Amino acid sequence: MSTIIRLFNITKVYQMGEEEVHALQGVNLEIKKNEYVAIMGPSGSGKSTLMNIIGCLDTPTAGLYELNGTNVSEMNDNQLAKIRNKEIGFVFQTFNLLARSDVLHNVELPLIYGGFSSAERKRLAKEAIERVGLSDRMHHKPNELSGGQRQRVAIARALVTNPSILLADEPTGNLDSRTGEEIMGLFDMLHQQGNTIIVVTHEEEIAAHAHRMVRIRDGKVERDEMVKHRRIAKSIVTS
Amino acid sequence: MESREIISIALSAIRANKLRSALTLLGIVVGVFSIIGVMTAVRVLQNSIESGLSNLGAHTFQIQKMPMMSSRREWLQALKRKDITYEQAQTVAERITLAQYVGIEGWQGGATIQRPTGEKTNPNVSVAGETPEGIPTNNWTIKEGRSITENDLLHSYAVALLASEVEKKLFPRGGAVGSEIKINNRRYTVVGTFEPKGASLGGSSDNFVAIPLTTFLEHFGKQRSLNIMVKAKSAEVYEECLEETRLLLRTLRKVPPGQEDDFYIFSNDSLIETFNEFTFYVKLGVGFISFISLLAAGVGIMNIMLVSVTERTKEIGIRKAVGARRSNILSQFITEAIVLCQMGGLFGIGLGIIGGNLAALAFSIPPVIPIDWALIGFLLCSAIGIVFGVYPAWKAANLDPIDALRYE
Repeated sequence: MSTIIRLFNITKVYQMGEEEVHALQGVNLEIKKNEYVAIMGPSGSGKSTLMNIIGCLDTPTAGLYELNGTNVSEMNDNQLAKIRNKEIGFVFQTFNLLARSDVLHNVELPLIYGGFSSAERKRLAKEAIERVGLSDRMHHKPNELSGGQRQRVAIARALVTNPSILLADEPTGNLDSRTGEEIMGLFDMLHQQGNTIIVVTHEEEIAAHAHRMVRIRDGKVERDEMVKHRRIAKSIVTS
Repeated sequence: MESREIISIALSAIRANKLRSALTLLGIVVGVFSIIGVMTAVRVLQNSIESGLSNLGAHTFQIQKMPMMSSRREWLQALKRKDITYEQAQTVAERITLAQYVGIEGWQGGATIQRPTGEKTNPNVSVAGETPEGIPTNNWTIKEGRSITENDLLHSYAVALLASEVEKKLFPRGGAVGSEIKINNRRYTVVGTFEPKGASLGGSSDNFVAIPLTTFLEHFGKQRSLNIMVKAKSAEVYEECLEETRLLLRTLRKVPPGQEDDFYIFSNDSLIETFNEFTFYVKLGVGFISFISLLAAGVGIMNIMLVSVTERTKEIGIRKAVGARRSNILSQFITEAIVLCQMGGLFGIGLGIIGGNLAALAFSIPPVIPIDWALIGFLLCSAIGIVFGVYPAWKAANLDPIDALRYE
C-alpha cells in the first residue's frame, strides 16, 4: 500500500500574547492508502492542531509534511487552497453547510472552486448525494433536514471531488447516539469502498470503528496501535 | 470560477437581506437620480430651445435691446439702454448691402382676439407688428390668403394674419380669410393664415397674430424697442453681413469706439452658446453635489459590506475549507458591492429620466433619454461599488480559515 500522509518531526508553536504555546512537539506519523485511522486525545492535547495541519488549513512551524509525495509544509495560501480542494474532504462536527443553499448547491461547492463546468458539477454532485442516500432531498435547504441528514450532505460534499483523504472532526459530536452510529456506518462503508479515512474524536466508541488508533497527548504521539476489537456499525445507510 | 457563478452568489446574498439591501441602495438611488434628473431636464430644455430657434430662418440673425437669457444685473443694465427705433431700423434696412431681407418687428403679449359672432380666445395671444420682410425672416409660411404688403404698411391698414392656433380657435371650420375680427376691441380684416410651427419652450409658438408694423405702433403705442431681423444673402457672407449690421447700428446709435454694443445680436448659434454657458454651471453644481452624495452612499455600502463580512465569517471559512482561494472570496464580495450599486444605479437612472422628463411634460415638448448620461451614471456607481467594496472584500479574503470556521 502506498503512503498518502507522511509527517516528519512536525512542530507547531503559537504566540499567545507573551507566551509561546507548543501545540505540537515533534509528531511523526505515516498513513497509508485505504487506512481507517482514529486520532484521539483529550482537549488541549494538540489533536485539533494536528488535524488542521493534515487538512492543509494550517502549516507547521517546523518539520516536513508530504501529502501524496508532495511537500505541502511550505506552500502558500493559494497552493494550500488548491490541495484542500483536490485532496481533502472535510467533515465537521457542526456540519458547516451553507444555510441559504440547497443540498445540491452545497455539494457542488468544492467543484465550483475546482473549475468544473456546470453540467459536470451537477452530474458529480448528484452521484455523491446518491452515495449518501439523499437523492430525494436534493433541493431541500439544510434547515429542512435532520442532523443526521445534514451530516450526510457534508459527507457528500467531502466525497464529491474524490479526495485522497476524508478528514472528519468529531463527526458525531452533534448527533444522538443512534444517528451517530448511522453516520459511522456510512464511514465504514466508504472505507470498504477504498477511501482513506481519518477521524478525530475523543470518544472511544467512535474510535473503535477505525483499524488503527493514534493517541495524542501534550503535542506528541503517545500510542499508535491497531484496534483489536473493531466495532462494526449495525445499520448501514438507511435514509 | 465562472462570472455567472459569482454573480448568482452575489444576487442570492442581496436577496437574503432585502430590507437592508434596499436601504443601502437608497443612497445610490438618490445620488444617481439627481444627476440623471438634472441632465435630462437640461437636455429637454436644450432641445426645445434648439427647435424653437430653428424658427429663425437659415443664416438669419436678430438684433434687440434686451438679452434673451441673462443675469438680473445684466437685464437691469440693458433696461437703461435707448430703444431701437423704427427710424434706426429703417435706416439699417436702407443702407445694408449684404442682406437678402431685413424684417422689423415689435411684439405685444396678452391680447384677446374675438369674432363678432362671439368666438373668443384666452387673453394670452401675442400680437406681432411686422414689416413685409419680417414674414420670411421669421420663417413663417402663408397657408391661405396673402402676406403683409408695403401698401398695408404705408396706409397702416387694419389687416391681420392668424397663426394656426388662433385660427383653430376662432374658425374651427375654416373660412378665416376675409372675415372680421377684433384684437383688443379694434376691428381688423383677416387677410391670411400661417402654417403651424409646433411647440417650443414656454408653450406654443402658434398662438399669435401678425399685423402691419405701422398699424401696430399706432394701436399698441410707439414707445417701444423694435427687433431687427436680418437674413444674409448666403451662408458665405453671413459673418460679414452680421459685422456690417453691427457697425451700421453702432454708428446710428452713436456708440463710441471701444465701448460695448448697446444692443444684442442673436443667432441660433449664439443662443445655444449662451444657454450652454448658463447650464454649464447648473450641471457643474449638480454634478458636484451628486458626486458628494454618491460618496456618502459609497461609505454606506462599505459599512454594510463590513457588517456582511462579519456576519458571514463562517460562510467564508466553509468556502475556504473546500478550496476557495483569496481571489475567489475577493471577487465574490466586490461583485456583491458592485451589483448592489448597479441595482441602485439602475433605479436612479430610471427615476431620473422620468423626473427630468416631467420638464418636457410641463413645456409640452418631446421627452428625451440621455443615453450618454445614463451610461456615465451606471459606470460611476459601478466605480463606487469597486472603490468601497475593495476593503471589506479584502478583509474577507484574508480571514484565516481556521478562525473563520470556528466563528459563531
